[in-house]
Amino acid sequence: MPALPVTARNLVKRYGSFTAVDGVSFDIREGECFGMLGPNGAGKSTTIKMITCFSPVTEGELVVRGNDVRTQAREIKSVLGLVPQEDNLDPDLPVRRNLEIYARYFGIPQEVASPRIEESLRLFQLEEKASSKVDDLSGGMKRRLVIARALVNNPQLLVLDEPTTGLDPQARHLVWQQLRLLRSRGVTMLLTTHYMEEAAHLCDRLVIMHRGKILEEGTPKELIEQHAGAEVLELRTAPQDRAPLLAEVSGIEGVAVEEVEDIVYVFGARQAARRIVERVGDARLAALRPGTLEDVFLRLTGRGLLD
Amino acid sequence: MTAFATTPDISIGAFRVWQRNRDVFLQLWKTDFLGIAVEPWIVILAMGLGLGQFVELASGEDYVTFLAPGLLALFPMFAAVFECAWGSYVRLEMQGTYNAIIATPVSVDDVIAGEILWGTTRSMINAVYIMAVLLVLTPWLDMVDSPMALLCLPVAIIPGILFSAISISFASVARAMSQFSYFFNLVVIPMFWFAGAFFPFDELPQWAQVLGWFIPLKHVVDIYRGLFAGNLEWSMLVSLVWLMAVTVVFFLLATWSMRRRLIN
Repeated sequence: MPALPVTARNLVKRYGSFTAVDGVSFDIREGECFGMLGPNGAGKSTTIKMITCFSPVTEGELVVRGNDVRTQAREIKSVLGLVPQEDNLDPDLPVRRNLEIYARYFGIPQEVASPRIEESLRLFQLEEKASSKVDDLSGGMKRRLVIARALVNNPQLLVLDEPTTGLDPQARHLVWQQLRLLRSRGVTMLLTTHYMEEAAHLCDRLVIMHRGKILEEGTPKELIEQHAGAEVLELRTAPQDRAPLLAEVSGIEGVAVEEVEDIVYVFGARQAARRIVERVGDARLAALRPGTLEDVFLRLTGRGLLD
Repeated sequence: MTAFATTPDISIGAFRVWQRNRDVFLQLWKTDFLGIAVEPWIVILAMGLGLGQFVELASGEDYVTFLAPGLLALFPMFAAVFECAWGSYVRLEMQGTYNAIIATPVSVDDVIAGEILWGTTRSMINAVYIMAVLLVLTPWLDMVDSPMALLCLPVAIIPGILFSAISISFASVARAMSQFSYFFNLVVIPMFWFAGAFFPFDELPQWAQVLGWFIPLKHVVDIYRGLFAGNLEWSMLVSLVWLMAVTVVFFLLATWSMRRRLIN
């Protein structure tokens, strides 16, 4: 058995007096898609930069496939595939050349790289564009090419830093579909995202980060059950009705209540939510819906703007 | 933060970076080549034959003969500067090419070494072409006096590396394209005028000669001028050693500074 894809223990990154990552520990297991969620500035990208050897570790232990990031950057980078936040395709080269020359940086012989590249172009629906300039591709095609490029060395860990930011829904769904296909082929993935739907779609396990720390870790289902409950009730009330409503719902066992502006959220088990609906009547009901990762995220990281 | 004195971490990756630049060049060389081809003719015509008619040198030689080694020093310098100042900055900042490359087993030091190697290659392409032009014109214009002039070509590798390394050192700290006008106007242009390519360096006032001695391009011109005339002097060896020393310093500076910029 090869070493775990990633082992992090008490990982710290400081920039001067600012602590970007504040003692996080986690493992990424073979074959899983591991998600890192968090608002801007939570420390996700910094953690990724340390894993991919773009940023030296300040303190703690970080081992990628048995290699220490402090001393074995070349070994680590030879088994990683990185999809960075911003497209950095080579605009001086056409689409297929981008992949061929990237393969050469890894020292992959042409006879090994060529069939792999042709397969990637097919898989990511870029065959027709193989001779086009990179600048002539749409945003979605560029992202797919970046992902194809990250796979050129058959990576043991594919790192995706906000892979679908800025894409339209069609392009996003196509990327998700391809990532699910990769996951089914056993490619281990590390993914950061702001899109809770994306995390729910793709991740086997995830951590929620905030201000450099990991707040929670679990499967999407576990986290939703634990922090949002099966169903969430959104009640919209006039300010004068707020107090009696809160008095009414807060006494119920097994539910959590949160007030946000003009909406009262009631997180709780299925039956409890039903009972509340019966008690408060339909008039003030805004929505009764399943709990989502977004609920978990907002409850844990707060609702204020963080920028 | 990496120490300045760290030995650069260079591998075969440097060659891969060079190959990338070569491949891009081979796609586009036709558009580039016209400029390279025309450049020396313009200067030979304007400075050598135009201005040259009004210049009488103390040594008695034709101005165009005096100018020839200077041309061989100047244009290859510009080739290296354009490639490793503007070119490198575009790849570093506008295109994110360096970030894409260092996500592979290619290190930052490999990237810098590869870029410098490529800047040197561009510089050498230019040097070989100019030497050919000078040789072709020699029967009419007395450009080259000694076959020793051919030794300029192997020597040209050193200023090729040096001017590439100086340029990329500047690119590594530049924050905007517009800042390159500082580099060009305060570093490259003064070198261009005061290196003794257009007039004899020793006719400058004493204080200017003392300052000017530190200009790397002056030493390139001195070595070439000696080789063109077929006069070997000890001072040329001193010039060569000085050039090599400055080259090592700027090579280390470029790798250190780019590591600081990209890995943080």
